Amino acid sequence: MTKFLTPWETGLLAVFLATLALNASFAPEFLTVQNQINLFQLHIEKIIVALIMTLVIINAEIDLSVASIMGLSAALFGYLVNAGMPGGFACLICLAAGLIAGMVNAVLIARVGIPSLVVTLAMLIGFRGLARVLVQDNSLGDFPQWFTDLGQKGLIGPIPLAMVLFVLLLILLGMTLHRSSFGRQVIVIGTNAEVARFSGLNVARVKTVLFLLSALISALCGLLYAARLGSVRGDTALGFELDIITMVLLGGVSIFGGKGSMVGVLLSILIVLNLRNGMGLMSITGHMQTGVIGFLLIGSVLLPNLLADFRARKRKDA
Amino acid sequence: MTLLTRASPQTLRLVALALALLATILFFATQIEGYLSPRMFNRISTSAAVVLPIAVGQAIVIMTRNIDLSAGSILGVVAYMAGQTLNAMPDLHPVLAVLFCMALGAVLGAINGIIIAWGRVPSIIVTLGTLALFRSFLVEWSDAKTITTASLPQWLVDLPSANAFTIGDLDIRVTVVLALVAVLVTGLALTFYRPARRFYAVGSNPDAAVMAGINANRVVFTAFVLAGAFAGLSGFLFLAKFGNITVVAGLGYELKSIAAVVVGGVSIMGGSGSMIGVLMGALLVDTIDNSLTRWAVVSEFWRDALLGGLIMAAVTLDTLASRQLSKLRKGGTQ
Repeated sequence: MTKFLTPWETGLLAVFLATLALNASFAPEFLTVQNQINLFQLHIEKIIVALIMTLVIINAEIDLSVASIMGLSAALFGYLVNAGMPGGFACLICLAAGLIAGMVNAVLIARVGIPSLVVTLAMLIGFRGLARVLVQDNSLGDFPQWFTDLGQKGLIGPIPLAMVLFVLLLILLGMTLHRSSFGRQVIVIGTNAEVARFSGLNVARVKTVLFLLSALISALCGLLYAARLGSVRGDTALGFELDIITMVLLGGVSIFGGKGSMVGVLLSILIVLNLRNGMGLMSITGHMQTGVIGFLLIGSVLLPNLLADFRARKRKDA
Repeated sequence: MTLLTRASPQTLRLVALALALLATILFFATQIEGYLSPRMFNRISTSAAVVLPIAVGQAIVIMTRNIDLSAGSILGVVAYMAGQTLNAMPDLHPVLAVLFCMALGAVLGAINGIIIAWGRVPSIIVTLGTLALFRSFLVEWSDAKTITTASLPQWLVDLPSANAFTIGDLDIRVTVVLALVAVLVTGLALTFYRPARRFYAVGSNPDAAVMAGINANRVVFTAFVLAGAFAGLSGFLFLAKFGNITVVAGLGYELKSIAAVVVGGVSIMGGSGSMIGVLMGALLVDTIDNSLTRWAVVSEFWRDALLGGLIMAAVTLDTLASRQLSKLRKGGTQ
């Protein structure tokens, strides 16, 4: 086992199996196919964005604006459809808006050279603000039937579109990260951007691609979320970045860049999904669940640090 | 050009900020009827007073190359618990009430500080986590009950409209004086008090600071404790201003404080920034915020979009200008 998985990932696998066993023992019908699909569907948009966030963080950057871009894309869709635009065309415009948002991020980060933390924090406010401008205090619904069907009904048998996209992106981004030259560039730049630059890598180009992809996928997930809920408001997807970043860091991706794997992130996604489900079963409220996620976020970085300290001390004693 | 190269970037930044503030006020004066009135002054000054302390704390943290995203949640917890405490003990002396708020905030800030300084977890991760943790603690603690003005002692209800003194037609409220004292004391300390200079030292070059014998962990920890205490002070002012406190109290104040600090010219890369800048940054952000709600041309829903744009513009200009300036300097010495 340890041949394929790092110690951290082995630990994640154990925790995942434990949460799975716990959920199954609480409710015997938990392991049915439909229930497993529901489990994924409840947070499907977040876990899709977590996949691209993995690459961004391994590249030693961060994108805090993802949830606001999701909200903006959903709000824009609601606005356009209610203004009488055909749904398909509105979807295209929303994805284009996502690309523009990503371009703004990418230019400021990769060309002007402002830290991504600052840029995407400002955009977290700015893009959310634009979403509020579009829908104001309203809740916009009246989406085309085919649109909400895509969000709520099965596409391949009982499996809905969003889950198909999740599996496709998991494989695609996993292969990109671990098996392509672009993926190696992402990791090398994340390990040491200066060294990468001096070895002739086009650092700005790699970062630009990542932030464009991050925004585009976020915009797509905003649409998926709107389709699943059937309506949008100004605060749609508010605060999702917390869950998304937690899933990535809990998966063993280093916040300092350079280290992490798609397998680890997949395991941590499964843990968070099962944990949320289990907490729901034990009737722990949504707010408390968010608190637990916050606790996990800190713990997933603190624990490895403490373990490293402990090991260093033991070595000194020996 | 010689003027540009001779004046320090910090001074240039403050001049630019003052001009921006002036331009904003003049612009809205032409747009909104009765804008330059004592009432509008009161509205903006008391609203800025709530943001100022939390921005001062945020500035100290950002100077050390960190960030505090949990400040708004700390404000909420403190405002709520202070309301509860004052309801249970209406005879609590006002000074003690303020100290209670700052102490409670400091305890929450210390939690951040310990994990960041000694757990070596980046502040963005820790405070993103405690942003959620502190807020969910408040939700559990409050049991979905609201603090109402009626449950608060009379002195607190009267506090927002209490005048410290008047200058001509302009009333200066007690809450405004309280906020200004926080700015002034911190500003003086950062300039003249040696241990406070360490915030700059750690922020501008952590490794060099450690080699110079500074305990960087302790400095970062102190910064977060202070940030918590100042968020607590803002919590007190928030409670006084609004009276009715729900579990969403202070939501988004962390972003507002970061906006004020960054617009005020505190470098997000650490090591520089001044309290006078933070004061002007907070005033600019709040002036725009309060004026937009009265401006008929643009809907008030533009507030957040403009706030984000303003932060981005300030940081971008700052980055480009400092790069240009260092180029000019290099040219000058040849």
